[in-house]
Amino acid sequence: MSDDEHKSAGEVHHELHSHLPPEPGLRVKAMESLLIEKGMLDPDTVDAWVETYSEKIGPKCGARIVAKAWCDDAFKARLLENGTEAVKELDDAGWAVAHLKVIENTPDIHNMVVCTLCSCYPHAILGPPPNWYKMAAYRSRAVRDPRGVLDEFGMSLAEDIELLVWDSTSELRYLVLPERPEGTQGWDEERLASIVTRNSMIGTQRVLSPDEGAA
Amino acid sequence: MTQLDPDQFAPLVRHDNEPVFDELWQAEALGLAFSLAERGVFSPAEWSRTLGSEHRGLLGGGAADTTRTYYEAVVKAVERLLREKGPLTVDVVERRVSNWRQAYMNTPHGQPVRLEAAYYDESEK
Repeated sequence: MSDDEHKSAGEVHHELHSHLPPEPGLRVKAMESLLIEKGMLDPDTVDAWVETYSEKIGPKCGARIVAKAWCDDAFKARLLENGTEAVKELDDAGWAVAHLKVIENTPDIHNMVVCTLCSCYPHAILGPPPNWYKMAAYRSRAVRDPRGVLDEFGMSLAEDIELLVWDSTSELRYLVLPERPEGTQGWDEERLASIVTRNSMIGTQRVLSPDEGAA
Repeated sequence: MTQLDPDQFAPLVRHDNEPVFDELWQAEALGLAFSLAERGVFSPAEWSRTLGSEHRGLLGGGAADTTRTYYEAVVKAVERLLREKGPLTVDVVERRVSNWRQAYMNTPHGQPVRLEAAYYDESEK
C-alpha cells in the first residue's frame, strides 16, 4: 500500500474496489467455492469450461460439419439420418449433452431454430448462443412472427418458400444445413467452411456468399 | 412461453455480432451451470425449466430484456436448483457472498483475490 500513499483517499478507495465483481458474479464465486469444498466440483472445471467455450468451441466447428456435408454425400446422408452420431466423425466437437437433429434448407424450404423455453442450443458444436438468441424478443417473435424476425436480420423470405420453425429443447437441438452457394465449385472443405456463418446454421440467414468470410 | 408484448422489444439485429460474454462472471455462471449438469447434479431438462422460469420471473418483474438480465437468471437458476437439491442453503450462500465481497475489498487491485482475505469463518464448512 505504500505506493499509494501519495494518492488521495478517494483514488485509493476506487482502485481497491474497481475489480469488485457485481452481485451475481459474487454469487457465482460463492457457490463455486462452496461446491469445491464439498467435493461436488473439481477446482479447475469451471475455468476449463470458460476457456473451452470462449476460445475453442465456436461456430467454426459447425461450419466444418456443413462444409463436409456439402462435399461428401454419404456423410450428409448420415448427418441427416442421425446428427448426434455423425458429428462424432469430426474430432473437435465439445461436450455432447443432447441429441442433435440436422435440418436441411432446400430451394423450397427454409428452417429456423429457436428455444421458446430458455436458450437450448447446440453448444457443443456452435459454442454459446449469440445474445439475441437468449432474449425474450427473439424467443417470442420467432414463433409469432418468424418472417418479421427474418426481415429484421436482412433476409426477406419469398412467399413461396415454406418456413419451418424448430423449437429446441434440453433433449433435442437443431442445426440448420444451409444451401451451398453458387460459385463454389471445386472448393475444398476448409475454404467452404470459411463462408459458413453462425446465423446461417441457426436460420436467421439463408443465402451465403462465396465472397465473404464467416462471422 | 413468455406473455410479454413482443412489440416492446428493441431490434434483435442490434445484438448481433456482440461478444459471446460481456463479462467474466457471465461465462463463469454458465460454466458452473453446465459443469453441474454434466456431473448430474441436475438434469438438462431441470436446468432448462428452471432457467426459463427465472428468466420469465425477472422479465415479468420489469427487468429489461438484456444479456445482463439473462445471466442474472442463470445465476438465480443455479442457486435455486442447488437449494432444491440440497447441497446449499440460503444462509450459507449469503455468508459466502459476504465473505467474497470482503475479500475483494481487502485485496489491493491487481493482486489475486483469495477467500482467506475476508476473515473466513471456518464454522460454515
